[in-house]
Amino acid sequence: MTNTTNNAMIRFEDLRQEFTLTGNTFTALDGVNLDIADGEFVTVVGPSGCGKSTMLNAAAGLLEPTSGRVMVDDRPVTGPSTRTGVIFQQYALFPWLTVRKNVEFGLELKKVPAKERRTIVDHYLELVGLSHFAEALPKELSGGMKQRCAIARAYAVNPEILLMDEPFGALDALTRVHMQEQLLETWTKERRTVMFVTHDVDESVFLASRVIVMAARPGRIFKEIKIDLPYPRTEKMRLSDEFAKLRSEVWAAVYHQPGVAEAHQ
Amino acid sequence: MAPKDTVNSVYTPPAPVSTATRNDALADSPPAPRKKADKTGRKLNRKTLLAINIVSVIAGLAAWTAFSAVGIVGLPGPLEVLIRGGEVLADGTLGEDTGASLARVLSGFLIGSLLAIPVGFIMGWYQVGRAIIEPWVQFFRTIPPLALLPLVMVTMGIGETPKIFVIFLAAFLSCVISTYQGVVSVDKTLINAARVLGAGSYVIFMRVVVPASSPFILVGMRIGLGAGWATVVAAELIAAPNGLGMRMQQAQQFYDMPTILVNVIVIGILGLVMDRLLLMIEAHLTRWQERR
Repeated sequence: MTNTTNNAMIRFEDLRQEFTLTGNTFTALDGVNLDIADGEFVTVVGPSGCGKSTMLNAAAGLLEPTSGRVMVDDRPVTGPSTRTGVIFQQYALFPWLTVRKNVEFGLELKKVPAKERRTIVDHYLELVGLSHFAEALPKELSGGMKQRCAIARAYAVNPEILLMDEPFGALDALTRVHMQEQLLETWTKERRTVMFVTHDVDESVFLASRVIVMAARPGRIFKEIKIDLPYPRTEKMRLSDEFAKLRSEVWAAVYHQPGVAEAHQ
Repeated sequence: MAPKDTVNSVYTPPAPVSTATRNDALADSPPAPRKKADKTGRKLNRKTLLAINIVSVIAGLAAWTAFSAVGIVGLPGPLEVLIRGGEVLADGTLGEDTGASLARVLSGFLIGSLLAIPVGFIMGWYQVGRAIIEPWVQFFRTIPPLALLPLVMVTMGIGETPKIFVIFLAAFLSCVISTYQGVVSVDKTLINAARVLGAGSYVIFMRVVVPASSPFILVGMRIGLGAGWATVVAAELIAAPNGLGMRMQQAQQFYDMPTILVNVIVIGILGLVMDRLLLMIEAHLTRWQERR
């Protein structure tokens, strides 16, 4: 299952993560090895409890691995860094700040001069289509708009890596498709290494050049499926036979894992 | 018992700062503002509601007039009370008493709140701090501040200090608990969001924890001001050279019902005005909050 290259942007090395809950220790991740190349768009999909979000948090530096490590650009991750942007499922916008101030937050911490900040914020609000909502408060936005604001905020500090933790999970199906297309459009314009965690098989195939299917108890990589569809991805592609074939392959890997089958017998 | 439960029994915390809204419609349309409607589903406009308020007050005054006309317990009528109000206003006693009571409550309230905010933050932010402070706060919270007045008067004398001290205690205790509650209920995702954008502990505290807990602090301050106001009047009943409470106590000895009622009404109006002022400040400072 190891797939090591020499120019990996993110590298998981024998990652193991244990949690202790009410005295019981359980293994969320065991023996995870994965390389994600510079500029690659990888989705991680799997049943709940397979540790996909844990993997992302370890890469974000929000979690200390029990053993093994995560390397970003050949340096071990020891804590959060502005080189890795994170987008959370619950948007995590600061509700007391306007859209502009939210996007500006990371730039202020980086001590970017005010004039430059303004230019950068304008650019990213434009990119995600929120220019007209710069002075709005998060409570005035719909879920899709909130998530686009969060994407602009992550992009603004110019990270090399974007880690996305089920970012469209709380959105309805129509909005979700719309957001997927917009995300790919943004990504095509300003390419970053993306690790995108989802539980939606369609989403995982549509976005990625490689889908990582996880298995649960303990969380581990079960299968890697290459998605040989060219970018930009279109609606036509989503309805094509190749897409359907890849989709069933990922579906089978997610829903008919040996462990799952045993549990149902 | 978890601290959350004990706190909830004391006051209703503000709506939690939520980062999630589930009912998301189309990506490009902002959510429609929710309509206010009563339980029957009918929507009454502001004017109608205000008219009902006014009618209710007039009906109450009429009932009062009727009671005093019948002669129940020697209750003076509204007109008599109004005339007495004019008299005490003209001779300056009402102004002096109001000033004295307000000065006491505001100094106790300000010292109490200003101390409660840092102490509440220490309790919420540092486990050791919480372990040291919490037993004291929980213990004194169960004692009505007025019950400490005899003790305080013995140790501090009968001057301004003991009165301001009990008001300080009343304001401090309600504000410290809600500040602490605000700090511990800050959404962890917001803290993580700040961390991944490069924020250290200080920035997280100043730019995430403080604003996120501000609704709780303001609710605590409102409750603290109410508690302080209730306490000052009662404290003046026991021993004071002036103040609205003292004036009522004095009037009671002369069976001077109109003066008692003037003071009761002034206490009510001032309490209401102060509460509304803080409510307005609160609404302004927390207008970013999602309201249900």
